[in-house]
Amino acid sequence: MSWALRTEGLGKAFTLHLQGGTHIPVLHGVELSVAPGECVALAGPSGAGKSTLMRCLYGNYGAGEGRILLRHQGAEIDLASADPRLVREVRRETLGYVSQFLRVIPRVPTLEIVAEPMLARGLARAAALARAAELLARLNLPAALHGLPPATFSGGEQQRVNLARGFGPRYPVLLLDEPTASLDSGNRAVVIGLIEQAKREGAAIIGIFHDTEVRDRVADRLFAVEPVRRAA
Amino acid sequence: MSAPGMNAPLLEASDLALRYGAVPALDGVSLAIWPGEVVAIVGESGSGKTTLLRVLSGLLPPDAGSVLYRDPEGTAQRLEAMGEAALRRLHRTDWGFVHQNPRDGLRLGVSAGGNIGERLMATGARHYGSIREAATAWLRRVEIDPARIDALPRTFSGGMQQRLQIARTLVTHPRLVFMDEPTGGLDVSVQARLLDLIRALVADLGLAVLLVTHDIAAARLLAHRILVMRHGRVVEEGLTDRVLDDPQHAYTQLLVASVLAA
Amino acid sequence: MSATTGYNFGYLDEDTKRMIRRALLKAVAIPGHQVPFGSREMPLPYGWGTGGIQVTASVIGPADRLKVIDQGADDTTNAVSIRRFFARVAGVETTERTAEASIIQTRHRIPETPLREGQILVYQVPMPEPLFRLEPRVAETKRMHALADYGLMHVKLYEDIARHGHVAISYNYPVMVNGRYLMSPSPIPAFDNPKMHRNPALQLFGAGREKRIYAVPPYTEVRSLDFEDHPFEPVRARAGCALCGSRESYLDEVVTDDAGGRIFVCSDTDYCQSRQARQEAAE
Repeated sequence: MSWALRTEGLGKAFTLHLQGGTHIPVLHGVELSVAPGECVALAGPSGAGKSTLMRCLYGNYGAGEGRILLRHQGAEIDLASADPRLVREVRRETLGYVSQFLRVIPRVPTLEIVAEPMLARGLARAAALARAAELLARLNLPAALHGLPPATFSGGEQQRVNLARGFGPRYPVLLLDEPTASLDSGNRAVVIGLIEQAKREGAAIIGIFHDTEVRDRVADRLFAVEPVRRAA
Repeated sequence: MSAPGMNAPLLEASDLALRYGAVPALDGVSLAIWPGEVVAIVGESGSGKTTLLRVLSGLLPPDAGSVLYRDPEGTAQRLEAMGEAALRRLHRTDWGFVHQNPRDGLRLGVSAGGNIGERLMATGARHYGSIREAATAWLRRVEIDPARIDALPRTFSGGMQQRLQIARTLVTHPRLVFMDEPTGGLDVSVQARLLDLIRALVADLGLAVLLVTHDIAAARLLAHRILVMRHGRVVEEGLTDRVLDDPQHAYTQLLVASVLAA
Repeated sequence: MSATTGYNFGYLDEDTKRMIRRALLKAVAIPGHQVPFGSREMPLPYGWGTGGIQVTASVIGPADRLKVIDQGADDTTNAVSIRRFFARVAGVETTERTAEASIIQTRHRIPETPLREGQILVYQVPMPEPLFRLEPRVAETKRMHALADYGLMHVKLYEDIARHGHVAISYNYPVMVNGRYLMSPSPIPAFDNPKMHRNPALQLFGAGREKRIYAVPPYTEVRSLDFEDHPFEPVRARAGCALCGSRESYLDEVVTDDAGGRIFVCSDTDYCQSRQARQEAAE
């Protein structure tokens, strides 16, 4: 079976130099493979390393061992060993990430924040703004808010801006970290629709879903993230 | 993407070393910066970051190592072999330098328009009307009321002075801008606005920026890559969010831990 | 007129003259470039033409005929003193006629009568550095000259236009010599600047206190700095000379009474008197 993202022996540990060099292994030997059009939900108890795995997959955390293979622009690349410029390029073209919180850029209007990654991917400005507006409307953010910076928005509104920004560019691989955490049921349904549509368009999706109802609707399978046994 | 030299670094330094007496200010520093890339150099005072900026921009010769500059035609040149005239021209055209203190980067006795126009005039602009037009457009771009074009910078607030310095620097469309603590002496609210302006300009103009700062939040907002310096060495470098969220070196961890919610 | 004994010809000793001539040769070779020289104490104070006198003393020969003007006039104290000085220490002939002089030492003017090949115009220069009001660091001004980095001078012109609508420099208006060096023409009126351009005479500049010599060889290009849309314009009082009626010459304003009465007269006395003489002869 073809894959869009695959890990080989992925491991991650933290060394806390400020706490006397405490060594905390979190991930070990992770073998995850996700196909285009497939949605995989990370499962496991709190503290098992689901978020750490997501951050490794995005390159936000450096992988300690193993490889993170991605199909990027027709080539196979290893994100774990890619230099920063390649990581940036992969994030621009191939790999999207919707975190739980929007990192607000001061003074930039919502519409621009959503359009920005689409513009970076080379979409024409008019088309990018149109898709941004359409996604925001679909996520029930009234047009009156589109021209405002989201700094003063509620948590739920910011989350929806974040979702619009993440779904806008139609990345081949999309990482979703608790995408429905602070949403009401109506908006949850919208997000489910967005995920299903992205899958139909061939996106490989990896998600952490606290909300089991959403998870069961969108996930094709679960991937268990096991806590690493601490060395005695 | 097909412009010449797009896939080659604008500036490439290797094994730079410089000592101030017994103190190593730079100790085996190598780095490269590509077109359109914002690289932050962070570290505490005395870590060698300002020295590094001065060496990279040719203001200070290193004891050892070399700096390669690639011109717009794609030809690489060694900075140390360039000669003062060529270097000065470079600083007026393809490069810019934004100082921490606007006094070092502005002529306080010359009007805002004259400050912006100086680089144009130094590179041969001889049409008063066009210089004026360019100055007006740049004032607007850095959010200074164009009606202030004939005002002296000493009548400006600190934030305005810094924005004027940026306009004065960018007017010749440099490809690489060195910034030394550009938000250093400013109030927090003023800093945010300036950072945002720099972020927007950098994105719009596709500038490469080498930014020296001890402000981790500024580095996070602006930089694509970070170099962490300590005692004249680069102790850690990489993608901005990875270095700040998953710091490996003890010193980086300390630096990140010392910042509130960067 | 015979020379006073007890002095070397031209007052300066031969070694000093040789040193100054070397500086002059270098200055001629690099038009507009300021050459340092070992300025000597002269029997008059700085500001009275010590630089010009040393240059004149170094180039003057027994066959020369010297004219000295101060603000265009041959009969002011400074001009008369310097003329007498050379009559005594060099025994040379002097004249007030521009056309008859082989060397003309001047303070603040270029004669109206066009100069010709073979003549030498020696300027007295108080401050040779054209950038000195703009850049206080001498080392930096030297670097700017070395790199032909003159944007700052244009900034000054820009500031004038922004503030006054025109370049507000009426004398000592900066020029580019031979397309390379920015030069102070000494405090001559901007009106005189065009006369320097491709002038057949040799123009030498001496600054005694600042110990600098520079030169404009014959037929050298001398351009006043300007902007394309604000071209350099020599200005003069919009009047005719009250004595000779000239509408081309540079005029001095003379107050004639306590009631605010005033007239304009030629600043170049030789030019004015020649015209008056011709007019009388014609009548």
